[in-house]
Amino acid sequence: MAEIVDRPLLGRIGSFFADPRVRGIAIQFALLAGVISLGWLFYANARQNLAVQNTATGFGFFWETAGFGLSQSLIPYVESASYGRAFLVGLLNTLLVSALGIIFATIIGFAVGIARLSSNVLLARLAGAYVEALRNLPVLFQILFWYLAVLGAMPSASASKPFLGAIYFTNRGVLLPQFTFEPGGATVFGALAAAILLSVTLGIRAGRRRARTGIRMPWRRYAVLLIFGLPAVAFIATGSPVSLELPELRGFNFVGGTRVTPEFLALLFALSTYTAAFIAEIVRAGFLAVPRGQTEAAVSLGLRRRATLRLVVTPQAMRLIVPPLTSQYLNLTKNSSLAAAIGYPDFFYVFAGTTLNQTGQAIEIIAVTMAVYLTISLLTAAFMNWYNRAVALKGS
Amino acid sequence: MNENSRAFVRTELAPVEPPPFVTDNALARLGRGLFASPLNVFMTFMSGGIIALILPPAVRFLFLDATWEGSSRDECLPNAGACWPFIYAKIGQYIYGFYPVAERWRPNAVFALGALLLVPLLIPAAPWKRMNSLLFFGIYPVISFVLLTGGNLELHAFLLGRFIDWPAIAGSGLVFGLRWDFWSDFVASAVIITLAASAIGAVFGAELRSLLHAMLGLFLSLAAVLLASDPDFGLRSVETRLWGGFLITMVVAVTGIVVSLPLGILLALGRRSRLPVVRLFSIIFIEFWRGVPVITVLFFATYMLPLFLPRGLHFDTLLRALVGVALFSAAYMAEVVRGGLQAIPRGQYEAANALGLGYWRTMSLVILPQALALVVPGIVNNFIGLFKDTTLVLIVAIFDLLGQLRASFSDPNWSTPVTALTGFAFAGMIYFTFCFAMSRYALFVERRVSAPGRG
Repeated sequence: MAEIVDRPLLGRIGSFFADPRVRGIAIQFALLAGVISLGWLFYANARQNLAVQNTATGFGFFWETAGFGLSQSLIPYVESASYGRAFLVGLLNTLLVSALGIIFATIIGFAVGIARLSSNVLLARLAGAYVEALRNLPVLFQILFWYLAVLGAMPSASASKPFLGAIYFTNRGVLLPQFTFEPGGATVFGALAAAILLSVTLGIRAGRRRARTGIRMPWRRYAVLLIFGLPAVAFIATGSPVSLELPELRGFNFVGGTRVTPEFLALLFALSTYTAAFIAEIVRAGFLAVPRGQTEAAVSLGLRRRATLRLVVTPQAMRLIVPPLTSQYLNLTKNSSLAAAIGYPDFFYVFAGTTLNQTGQAIEIIAVTMAVYLTISLLTAAFMNWYNRAVALKGS
Repeated sequence: MNENSRAFVRTELAPVEPPPFVTDNALARLGRGLFASPLNVFMTFMSGGIIALILPPAVRFLFLDATWEGSSRDECLPNAGACWPFIYAKIGQYIYGFYPVAERWRPNAVFALGALLLVPLLIPAAPWKRMNSLLFFGIYPVISFVLLTGGNLELHAFLLGRFIDWPAIAGSGLVFGLRWDFWSDFVASAVIITLAASAIGAVFGAELRSLLHAMLGLFLSLAAVLLASDPDFGLRSVETRLWGGFLITMVVAVTGIVVSLPLGILLALGRRSRLPVVRLFSIIFIEFWRGVPVITVLFFATYMLPLFLPRGLHFDTLLRALVGVALFSAAYMAEVVRGGLQAIPRGQYEAANALGLGYWRTMSLVILPQALALVVPGIVNNFIGLFKDTTLVLIVAIFDLLGQLRASFSDPNWSTPVTALTGFAFAGMIYFTFCFAMSRYALFVERRVSAPGRG
């Protein structure tokens, strides 16, 4: 019954486009054309808008005078410094709060996660309550809570009482003792650095020797001795050049010591405790996912409880913990931009806030802001992926 | 046989033994759990200490020492506990912002309608799921928009009117209460676009019938949306800068979920597409918005996007923030949906292909129904994140619940040492209740999905 029909032109073109490969290429070209024309439209509009607004373009503003002060800076900064300098200060402040936040969040998170697995009902429930409470409140809410309700409610400088003799909690921050250096102080720190370096080398060598020969070396003892002993020797030898300067109340304010701003503390505290709640859940899930048989096998081999945990359970749990841990670290870094709400001079506040306000160059500044956060994200992800490969099962 | 001759037969009952020492009741288990080893005892005392440090002061602050009645700070100053009259005084502001008092029935109606539509959607056993989701995702946003803003958009030009002087050709005036210049423009544009699409479709060998169906559906739903928002229902217009508080929180959260679900599905499909360009653009879009902090997205939408749009196209501040929310929530949703797509076995795709189903039919009839059912917990968890992230709009000067809370602290009439703590306690309870309820719901669905005998 089949007959060959001479199909009209439209039909032949139709069957040509009915080929999935041809259709796929056509769809992709259409999408590409759409995206390019949208980009061009945006570009043309932006040009016109900027011309009408008479806004400067380009990145020349990086070298202009910023003219604003910053409440916290890791490198020397004055109001007459350039926007580029302010950018750097902000970036370092972001990295500082993120790095410290990651360390604290990891410590708290692992502690709470393991506490949730404890056979002690009270402790497990307490850890569970911590996770539920912190996870179910917005992080910005928590930042504002610590900033306004807790640190804002501290006594004024003149009314504050010392804690542990030398730490003062005031509504303008926390005052801590500070190290002061006289010439020769560098030697003490050099000694400390050398001691740490030596200890690490010792540990690695001891590990290698043990793997090769099975002979243990009590390297930890030597390490402790080195880390405490070497700086102490240097301290005495150079005539005690490092001293502790205590904060002291003079009139209405403190003299001496170092002040940690309430903005920094609120941000650090909120970010660490909030992220820790998520890390705790990851840690718990990781340990629960290691089959019971692994523990039982280790016990039947005669390993003690600590060795079982350290050599059998933890390495397997870490494989499951590390990938989601990475995204929590990234979240913490990204959330540090909420500093803008309380005025901690992090990168976002300094650059996308004050600098944008003063220069009005929204396109350049927001593009650079996004690029910086993307770079931080990619670098963190790359590092954690490297670590993940290091702890992953080899040869699979 | 004489029974008495058997001397060893016992005639009386043996004395009752005392019950054995029970080692497996709740109390004994608790004792073992708390005091099994020295370390355990230490942990028990430490936990008890922490609880004793937190719980009694919290109860004292919230209830025992709290001030319950009053009209200004004077009643609260003598007490060390929470100042609840402060919350009574500010509750209107926390829920509606500066929405006019006489019009507050409108947000209330929106809240009530939302709850009415959402609750049956969340109960797995409730019937009419398709109808229900159509109402919630399609009709409800339109009704809410009209109710909250007052509608009456005063539309004048659709597409043709933007390029040529359409009213000069077609005339203007009111027909059945509708503006003739706009609606004639709309119909003409619809006809032109449909014709053009049919011509292109014919070249590509598409089925004309289904193409016409799609175009008709598109323009009819667009017409329905415009028909609802254009006329003057006699509702007073309320500008969005008067909105605030919990109302903003809900508007941002619901917009986020309503927009992000379809967009996220499209992006997830794009990311798993065989076409390299489609895949590349999807990956760039998803990873870019996920890689930057949410507030940079809001800043982008608030300060940068207006520069990319034609001059004179005025954008409301809230609308700009909503665009930003839609962008990042779509990217996050795409990753959740992708997880579901990856969990569907290859056999399902192959079976659909063997039945002769094309790409869109395979996806919409076979893959997506299964994939979406799998990721409902993920979607709910995503929504919890979105609900928490709504607070960030306060950084672009939109006053949601948290923004109103912060603003209310600076009222000198209520300036007491406990004002801030009271406000945080109140707002914290609201946020916690919503997020906790949602996370429990996600857990419930997860257990249902993974229950034995399913899948």
